[in-house]
Amino acid sequence: MSVSAAGGVTRVPAVEGWYTLDHEPHLIGCRCAVCGTYVFPPRSGACPNPNCDSEELVSTPLSRVGTVWSYTENQYAPPAPYRAAEPFEPYALAAVQLEKEGIIVLGQVPRGIMAADLKVGMPMQLETDVLYREVVDGVDTEFMVYVWAPAGPTAAESIGGRS
Amino acid sequence: MSDRDLVVLGVGMHPWGKWGRDFTEYGMVAARAALKDAGIEWKDVEYVAGADTIRNGYPGFIAGSTFAQKLGWNGASISSNYAACASGAHSLQAARASILAGFCDVAMVIGADTTPKGFFAPVGGERKTDPDWLRFHLLGATNPVYFAMFARRRMDLYGATSEDFARVKVKNSRHGLNNPYARFRKENAIEDVLNSPIVSDPLRLLDICATSDGAAAMIVTSRAYAEKKLGSLNGVPRIRAVSTVTPTYPQTILELPDFATDSTAVVSPPARGFKDSLCWAAYEEAGMSPSDMNMAEVYDLSTALELDWYEHLGLCAPGEAEGLLRSGATAIGGRVPVNPSGGLSCFGEAIPAQAIAQVCELTWQLRGQAQGRQVEGAKAGITANQGLFGNGSSVIVSV
Ligand SMILES: [Zn+2]
Repeated sequence: MSVSAAGGVTRVPAVEGWYTLDHEPHLIGCRCAVCGTYVFPPRSGACPNPNCDSEELVSTPLSRVGTVWSYTENQYAPPAPYRAAEPFEPYALAAVQLEKEGIIVLGQVPRGIMAADLKVGMPMQLETDVLYREVVDGVDTEFMVYVWAPAGPTAAESIGGRS
Repeated sequence: MSDRDLVVLGVGMHPWGKWGRDFTEYGMVAARAALKDAGIEWKDVEYVAGADTIRNGYPGFIAGSTFAQKLGWNGASISSNYAACASGAHSLQAARASILAGFCDVAMVIGADTTPKGFFAPVGGERKTDPDWLRFHLLGATNPVYFAMFARRRMDLYGATSEDFARVKVKNSRHGLNNPYARFRKENAIEDVLNSPIVSDPLRLLDICATSDGAAAMIVTSRAYAEKKLGSLNGVPRIRAVSTVTPTYPQTILELPDFATDSTAVVSPPARGFKDSLCWAAYEEAGMSPSDMNMAEVYDLSTALELDWYEHLGLCAPGEAEGLLRSGATAIGGRVPVNPSGGLSCFGEAIPAQAIAQVCELTWQLRGQAQGRQVEGAKAGITANQGLFGNGSSVIVSV
């Protein structure tokens, strides 16, 4: 999957099949065809529920909004294979709880939104952001990653106004 | 004493540090020390349970035979175990199973490591299907990121402060001051911690444990063998329980190195989370309770994680760990000293040796040999640790 962005830049996901790159991006998880439990990241094979012997995990979009379970902020550049920008700019990460799916998913937070801006229980919404940029076979390419951004009022309402 | 108790006949360690030498050098020092402490010869050992290191090539993956060969092939049976931070306890469990099954009477449990500088990074190469590789690549989710999220929850839910976390460091730095095996032996003040740079907010450099070289070994035996050798087992430390249980689905805490938790959509969370169940399985096996414990050695990968362990161990209720710490109960001289050795805070983590080192410390404490850090009158203690991929352990030792 690739999406053309403005200025002749091509956008591709940094990992295939985990999230969409459209205007309202969402994570792609799996749901067990038999017991209905969810998994993320997407995968094939056995259902993780010990009471279920299904081998059929079906791709499914996950909720775009959830609430902060916890968060942090990296003050030092993580080691490879993270491709840290130079100079390194601190950034935040948040683990967000999705109510319907009953899972918590860890992700980066958009640049400029720091730990001091976050709080356990805060509503968040899925977006995408540039992880790194590289010329691949002569094509200027942005490798995109999903991020959790503080949700606007509309999104906050759709998760029941929890805070 | 129970027929299922194992006797700790000898323990030995190589000091923790950072020298980058061959891990077997450290291991041999620990092995010889444990044999000497036990008062037996290498040729008396019938089983070697080695805790593996995954950063030292083939010899590291087969630690049992590596040390059996280094000590000189004596025909002993062997096993080699890798279970992340719990590797040493899984090795103890293998030795214990062999002894309790009657296959042997005398076993050596050993682990040693040499570690790289800085953050633990994944093994090299591009592996887009390996979650451990991808968490670094997509998120920059280092180990401290996960520790920091646990710490942040304590702050937002229970009102913990950076000063509380610093108090854990101050306590452990005092405990480890006189421990000859500790790598960091310097007393820290609250200000030292608060003035150290933030690594992963809210955790600072001095809140997070380092990676170290080190080695630990012990000689464990059947009750019959020890009775024959020692006459009386009065005052001799015994392994009362070894818990190596795995999580029960669904696991609802975001643990290293995962991107996501299990789902609670169709199965409700278990009554006890993973770390609680590790400790409680040990209590149940020993027929003991938290109030029977005079001390604990826990995996303080971060200062805040030590506070989590107070609650997992049942030393206090959830949300009360900061109060327990501030009361002085978990310092030497208090009701239940935690990490009298100085903990990972003073040692740094030498993965395959660490769970064994925890048991070595309890052994010295129970014998009254923990000079400069003695928990007076200690009769029983518990260890706890947890590592990647559902590995963890808890061991109870008593006299
Ligand atoms: Zn299923």
